[in-house]
Amino acid sequence: MTRPQQTSAIALPLGATRRRWEWGQAIVLAGLLTLLTLFILYPLLRVLVVAVSDGRGFTLRHLLNFFDRPLFREALLNSLASGGLAVLFGSLLGVPLAYFSVRYQFRGKLLLQTLGVLPLVIPPFVGAVALQLILGRSGMVNLLLLRWIGTSVPFMEGLAGVILVQTLHYFPFIMLNTAVSLANIDPSLEEMAQNLGSHGWRLFRRVTLPLMLPGYVAGCLLTFIRVIDDLGTPLMLNYTKLLAPQAYLRITTIGIDDVDGYVVCVILVVLSLASLWAARKYLGLSEYATVQRGTTGAEIARPIRGVKLAVVLGVSAVMLGVSLLPHLGILLLSLSRIWSFSLLPTVYTLGNYEEILFRTPHFVKNTLLYALLAAGVDVVLGAAIAWLLLRGRVFGRNLLDAIATMPLAIPGVVLAVGYLRVFHGWDFPGLGGPLTGSWVILVIAYSMRRLPYTVRACFAALQQIHVSLEEAAQNLGANQVRTFRKVTFPLMVGGLVAGGLISFMTSAVELSSTIMLVPRIELGPIAYGIYVYMQSAIGRGPGAALGVVAILLVALCTYVTNRIFAGRSGTAFRV
Amino acid sequence: MTHKASEVRLEGIGKRFGETWAVRGVSLHVRAGEFYTFLGPSGCGKTTLLRIIAGFAFPDEGGVWLDAELVNALPPWRRDVGMVFQSYAIWPHMTVFENVAFGLRERGVPRAEIGARVAEALCMVNLEGLEGRRPSQLSGGQQQRVALARTLVVQPRVLLLDEPLSNLDARLRAQMRLELLKLQRDLGITTIYVTHDQEEALALSTRIAVMSVGAVVQEGTPREIYEAPRERFVAEFVGAANLLGGEVRRVTGNTIAVMTDLGVEVQVARPVPDAAESGRILLTIRPEAMDLLPPGSRSEGHNRLEGKVAASAFQGAAIQYEVEIGGTLLRASVTNPKGKRLFQRGDPVVVVFAPEDVGIVGG
Repeated sequence: MTRPQQTSAIALPLGATRRRWEWGQAIVLAGLLTLLTLFILYPLLRVLVVAVSDGRGFTLRHLLNFFDRPLFREALLNSLASGGLAVLFGSLLGVPLAYFSVRYQFRGKLLLQTLGVLPLVIPPFVGAVALQLILGRSGMVNLLLLRWIGTSVPFMEGLAGVILVQTLHYFPFIMLNTAVSLANIDPSLEEMAQNLGSHGWRLFRRVTLPLMLPGYVAGCLLTFIRVIDDLGTPLMLNYTKLLAPQAYLRITTIGIDDVDGYVVCVILVVLSLASLWAARKYLGLSEYATVQRGTTGAEIARPIRGVKLAVVLGVSAVMLGVSLLPHLGILLLSLSRIWSFSLLPTVYTLGNYEEILFRTPHFVKNTLLYALLAAGVDVVLGAAIAWLLLRGRVFGRNLLDAIATMPLAIPGVVLAVGYLRVFHGWDFPGLGGPLTGSWVILVIAYSMRRLPYTVRACFAALQQIHVSLEEAAQNLGANQVRTFRKVTFPLMVGGLVAGGLISFMTSAVELSSTIMLVPRIELGPIAYGIYVYMQSAIGRGPGAALGVVAILLVALCTYVTNRIFAGRSGTAFRV
Repeated sequence: MTHKASEVRLEGIGKRFGETWAVRGVSLHVRAGEFYTFLGPSGCGKTTLLRIIAGFAFPDEGGVWLDAELVNALPPWRRDVGMVFQSYAIWPHMTVFENVAFGLRERGVPRAEIGARVAEALCMVNLEGLEGRRPSQLSGGQQQRVALARTLVVQPRVLLLDEPLSNLDARLRAQMRLELLKLQRDLGITTIYVTHDQEEALALSTRIAVMSVGAVVQEGTPREIYEAPRERFVAEFVGAANLLGGEVRRVTGNTIAVMTDLGVEVQVARPVPDAAESGRILLTIRPEAMDLLPPGSRSEGHNRLEGKVAASAFQGAAIQYEVEIGGTLLRASVTNPKGKRLFQRGDPVVVVFAPEDVGIVGG
C-alpha cells in the first residue's frame, strides 16, 4: 500500500558525482527488480500461463471448464461465502468493541484493548483445532448441551466451522482498523454537527459513519483476501470444498501438471487482486476524513456510568470470552494425554512439551532459523526499496513498488504452486539439487510473502524523516554515505526493527505455502509440525504443545513491536 | 432581516484541566446585538470560554445564562448557539449544499423551504451558485464562508466565532474582516468573537474583554481599551506602546508634571488618578502620537525628548523609528511621511508629543 506521491529526493550536485550516484541507484534497482521478478512475478506468470494454454497455445477452455464443474462452482461459492460471512460476523464483533474503546472512558478499558488483540496471536489453524475440542461434535460445549438438553449444536460442522474460526481470528483486525479510523476523525467535524442540533444515532449515521467508512471497508477487504487464501484452517477441519484446499489437493494428489489446480489458483489471484485494488481505492478516500487536526482541547472519550457501563462491560466480556476460547483449548490440549469425549482432559501430562522440545526439537529450531533469515532478508530489501521510493531519482521505482506489493494478493498456495512449477527439475547452483528440495525455498517464500509489510514499515519510518534533516547534515559537510549512517539510519531503526518483527512473527506461523513446499518432515517449521501431529489422535497433545510455542513466539513479538510503536499497535497490524 | 438576539451572561466561570485552571472567576455580560470579543495571547483561556458557552466544555465553577436561562446542563445540540470553528469543520463527504442544509434538516424544516434558505444564506456570504461543489474544490476563503453560511442559515440566537480569520492570508483576512463587520451590523445578531489579533478586535467589536492567564484584565469599548489601558499588559498587548515610569512632581489644575525615569520632565494633560496624588506613575505614549524633529527646532507646548535614531524603516504609509533616549528605546511612527525628512541611524533628533497624547496606565 505504498503511495510514493511525495518523493523528497535530495538535490544532487551536477557532474560526475551525480552520474555515479544515479548509476549506483540504477544498479540496485535492477538487482531488486531481478530478484523480485524471479521470485514473485515469474512464478505467478507461469501459473497463469499454464491455466490459459494447452498443447496448441492460448485458450480459455480450462477456465470455462472450471465453471462447468459442480465441485469447483461449489468451492467458489463457499469461498466467497466464507470470506463475506467472516467479515460480516467479524464486524459485528469488532465494530462495537472499537467504538467502545475509542469513544468511551471506563475502568477496564485497557484490559479490553489488550484482550481484544489476543486472537491475532493464535494462528487460525491452531485455533481451529482448539475450537474443535470446545465446540466440536464431541467437544466440551456439546457434551454439556447433550447432558442438559439432549441435543447438540453443529457449531463446527462443515463451512460453519471454517467461518467461525476465521471470524474469531480476524475480528481483532477489523476492530483495530475501525478504531484507528474512528480515532482519526477530526473532533470538530462532530462538534459542528452537535452545534447544529444533531446528536446520538443521527449524528453517528450522518457524520461519524461516513467518515470512518473508507478505512473500515479497506480493512474488511483485506480480511476477505486473507480468509479466502487460508489453506491451513480448512485442512485442519477437514473441509475441502473451498478454493485454496482444492488447488492444494489437485496439485498434490493428481500431480504438478494438473491444469485444474492452476485454474483454481488463477481464480484465487483474480479475487485477491480485485479486493486489493478496491482496498487501495478506499484507503485513498479515507485520507480526507482527517481534514485538519487543530487542538480544540476536546475530550473524545466520554466517561460512562450506570446501565450504559454495565451493558458495555457485559457485551465486551462475552465477546472477548468467546474469542479467547481457542487459547484455552490449546493450552488444555497441550497439557493433556487423553482428552476425548470428556469435558476436560482425563489425564494431564507435561510429556507433550518434553516431546517437542527434546525428541523433535527440529520444528522449533527450524522455525527460528527460517523466520529470522526471512526477517533479515525482508528488512534489507524493504529498506532498500523504501529508500529508492522516497529518496531515489531513478526510473522504474513505481514498478518496483508494484511488484513488491503484489504478494498481498498472491495466496500462499499459488506462490507455492508457482515455485514448484518454476524450480523443480533444474538444479540450483551450489545446492546440489533443485531449490524445492532444500529448506531455502521456504525462506524465500516467507520473505517474499511478507515483503509488503516490511516495505510499508520502512517506508513509513523513512517518510517521517524530513529530507531537511539530511540536507542539514550535508550542509555541514557530511557526504551521502555519512549522512545515511549518522542521520537517516538511526532515525529509521525503529521502523526497521518493527518491520522485521512483523515479518518474523508472521513467517513463524505461515502454513499455506509451507505445506506444499516442505521437502522433508525434518525440515519443517512449527506450523508444519502442528499439521503433521494433528493427523493422528495421539499426536494432538504434542501438536497443541507446538501450538502453544507458536502463540508464545507471536505474543512476544507483538509485545516488543507494541513497545516500539509506543502503544499505537493498530498501525502495526493495519496495512 | 434581523436575527433574534440573546443576552449571554457568565458568572464566576472557572474551568480546570488537571491541576491548572484554564479560566477562573470570569464574569461578564454580553448584551443583545453586541459584537463582543475575547482578546488575548495563546493560552489565556479565551477559546475555553467560548467552548463553555457552546456547551462543549463543562465549567467546574460558575454558571452560563442565555437570556436568563441557566444553561449549564443543556447539551450543545439544544443551545441554539451557532459556532464557527477555527478549522471551519466543513464535512468533506457532503457537498456545499448539504453542509449548509444540515442544521435545517436537523430542525425538520420542509424540503422546499430548505432550498430557498440555503440559496439565501450562500448569497449572504457571496457564494451563490456553488451549491454542488465539494469542499476539496473550495479555497480556504470559500470554505470559511461556507462555515459562516451554515451557521447563519439556522438563525441562532448567539453567534460564536473562534479565530475564524486566522487561517487566511493577509489580504483575504482584511477583506473578510470588513464583510464580517457589515454582516453582523446588518443582522444585529449577538456575536462573541475570539482572537489574538488586536487589530481585528479593535476593528470589529463593540466591546472587548482583554484576557490573560485565565482572567479578564480589562473590559471596555475599543477606544477605552486603546486610550485608557488599565494595566501594563493591556497597554502592551493592544497596539504598540511606549511605557515610561516616573514620579509625580506637581499637579497644576488639569496638568500633571512627571519626572520620568529618563531624567526629563513630561507634562501630562489628564486629571490625576486617585491613587497617585504623588508617587510612582506609569505613562503610555502611542508611537503615532510622536513626531521627530531635527535638534534645535521649535515645538511650542509639546514635550521634548532628545535622543539618537537607532533604526528607521520606511513602510509606505508611515516611517517607523526606534529612538534611543537615556538608555531606553522609544518607538515612534511618523505618519504622512510625504515631504518629511527621513532620519538615518545615528542622527540626533528631538522626539515631540503633546501633553494630551500621554496616557496613564491605571488611570
